[in-house]
Amino acid sequence: MSVITMREALNQALREEMARDQNVFLLGEEVGAYQGAYKITQGLLQEFGEWRVRDTPIAEEAIAGVACGAAFIGLRPIAEMMTFNFALLALDIIVNHAAKYRYMSGGQMRCPMVMRGPSGAAAQVAAQHSQAFESWYTNIPGLVVVMPSTPKDAKGLLKAAIRDDNPVIFMENEVLYNIKGEVPEGDYFIPLGSSDVKREGKDLTIVAWSRSVVTAMEAAKRLAADGIEAEIVDPRTLRPLDDQPIFDSVRKTNRCIVVEEGWRIAGFGAEIADRVQRECFDALDAPVLRVTSADVPMPYAKTLEKAYLPQPEKIVEAAKRVLYR
Amino acid sequence: MNKDEAFRLHRQMLLIRRFEERCAQLYVEGKIGGFLHLYIGQEAVGVGAISTMRKDDYLIAYYRDHGYSIARGTDIRPLLAELCGKATGISRGKGGSMHFYDMPLGNFGGDGIVAGHLPIAAGIGYGIRLRGTDQVCLCFFGDGAVHEGAFHEALNVSALWNLPVVYIIENNRYGMGTSLDRASAVKDLYLKASSYNIPSCEVNGMDIMAMRGAVEEAVNLARKEKRPTLIEAETYRYRGHSMSDPGKYRSKEEVEEMMRHDPILKFGKWLVEKGYATQAGLDSLDKEVIAEVDEAQKFTEQSPDPSPESLFEDVYVKTPYINLPGVSSDPAWAAAVEHDRIPEKYPPFVPPKPAAAKVEA
Repeated sequence: MSVITMREALNQALREEMARDQNVFLLGEEVGAYQGAYKITQGLLQEFGEWRVRDTPIAEEAIAGVACGAAFIGLRPIAEMMTFNFALLALDIIVNHAAKYRYMSGGQMRCPMVMRGPSGAAAQVAAQHSQAFESWYTNIPGLVVVMPSTPKDAKGLLKAAIRDDNPVIFMENEVLYNIKGEVPEGDYFIPLGSSDVKREGKDLTIVAWSRSVVTAMEAAKRLAADGIEAEIVDPRTLRPLDDQPIFDSVRKTNRCIVVEEGWRIAGFGAEIADRVQRECFDALDAPVLRVTSADVPMPYAKTLEKAYLPQPEKIVEAAKRVLYR
Repeated sequence: MNKDEAFRLHRQMLLIRRFEERCAQLYVEGKIGGFLHLYIGQEAVGVGAISTMRKDDYLIAYYRDHGYSIARGTDIRPLLAELCGKATGISRGKGGSMHFYDMPLGNFGGDGIVAGHLPIAAGIGYGIRLRGTDQVCLCFFGDGAVHEGAFHEALNVSALWNLPVVYIIENNRYGMGTSLDRASAVKDLYLKASSYNIPSCEVNGMDIMAMRGAVEEAVNLARKEKRPTLIEAETYRYRGHSMSDPGKYRSKEEVEEMMRHDPILKFGKWLVEKGYATQAGLDSLDKEVIAEVDEAQKFTEQSPDPSPESLFEDVYVKTPYINLPGVSSDPAWAAAVEHDRIPEKYPPFVPPKPAAAKVEA
């Protein structure tokens, strides 16, 4: 085990997979000469050359489309979106093409591409640069949607995403790039569609992914000070969702809250709440509660930004409500 | 062009024409549903262009796609079956008119989003470059597509990275009901290539020889020098945009005038003048082609509808990188398989009576 940042973990995953398979290549804005807008691709151009680390113009539809077309003939492209806010310009390629060609062709084709980059809020970059878009992609059959919360998960899941033959939307989080964690030595991968219990506890279940896991961990620490032990389940992959570990946890704790950085209406947390009420109806001692961002565009001012995002205190408050305390 | 090749291309155009006419009839009878965009009038574009392709080259096209599949050599039986939503359809009844594919022939379809497949064509070109082969990709789209951002993004990166893609605009003068005059500030669409320093030309898309010549040159440039080309093929569709379009935005006289330049009549005349065929021979070829369409219809009528179980198939690929036990409550994952499906092969069509259209040497 070595302790590295999520940025380093992602960089290692890219480097190792590119070295392992010459069909893997990377393209996106500033991925090469600039060394990555967030330095995830640092050093890769020097190691693999311009045809495998391709700097592109600011043209998201071309980035995603080139990835999609190359994937159709058997390559393994990784399209970096500088952030998922800009990926809206590539949405047609992802939704109408990458996700659907296998189905529309009656199973003749496959699209082994990855589209990755940061999603969610950074710090004070306002409404157009601070959006959590996972619920948009999880709604689309044909896609796989991955959202890691630790360096170990990030590396292992990215390696699986690159090797997998389905189109994978791999959503990172800028705020998490500098967090550190233990990562196994040597080659490993974490299967897509496997949930992970990030903290064990007996009193309530908190389902959270990506940055919200960190927020939930902080809340759990505060709850522990009050003698409440929260269990945190991190799905890691939202589509397909490995829901059994969530049900197992809720059957143990009898209470569940879901934390997400997205907006409340039609957010992915609603899908989890739906499954939990259906599968664990008899086990539940309280309604499933959701902690989400506020249903407004992200504001700029620090105080407003704090009020907008899920905070540990909001999770603590929700936890106490489901515990009737 | 030698006699055999000329005759083969003529037969392909005729087969497309008769196939499309049968489609129109089956649509009226309610056997074909959804959107149906016919290629009637535009046959020379696809047949001429595709005749320049090597076996290992690729093509990707828009939704008026029946002609490309036929020109590339896909059996018309699974094509007609697809149109009628049968399990034996080329896309297992999941695609319909706009989504014909044939992977063993490098045919990537049939895309229903105007210009959506242009960046994908660039990606196929990029993949070819990365692998270092000398394949090329042909990309067909209508005049309506040049106003989409995707057209410009695709052309820019194709020129920037030297991608072996031939972009072919089928300018049939109307984007659905909107004439080019009302949609484009620049009337000569091939000029748009100059923004990206891409070689381009305008060609008579009703003339198969001209079409083939222009595309051949572009294919050579792509294969040898890895450069893209933009070709504007001037053509015309005799029918409406789709079957639901009565075409009230253009005059009867305009349609009749264009039909006088019919690519099949024109090429047939050339074959006779050249001594490659007799008129009686061409008439008998027509009968043979109609018999092939009849057989495809019979095949379709005898084909089963897709089973309800197939609904969840073909969404995902099963791989070792997915935790299948954890996600198999999702029926699309439970139905996932590791392999790709390859279109079924049927015994070749045998004409009822041997046709002697060709003048034998």
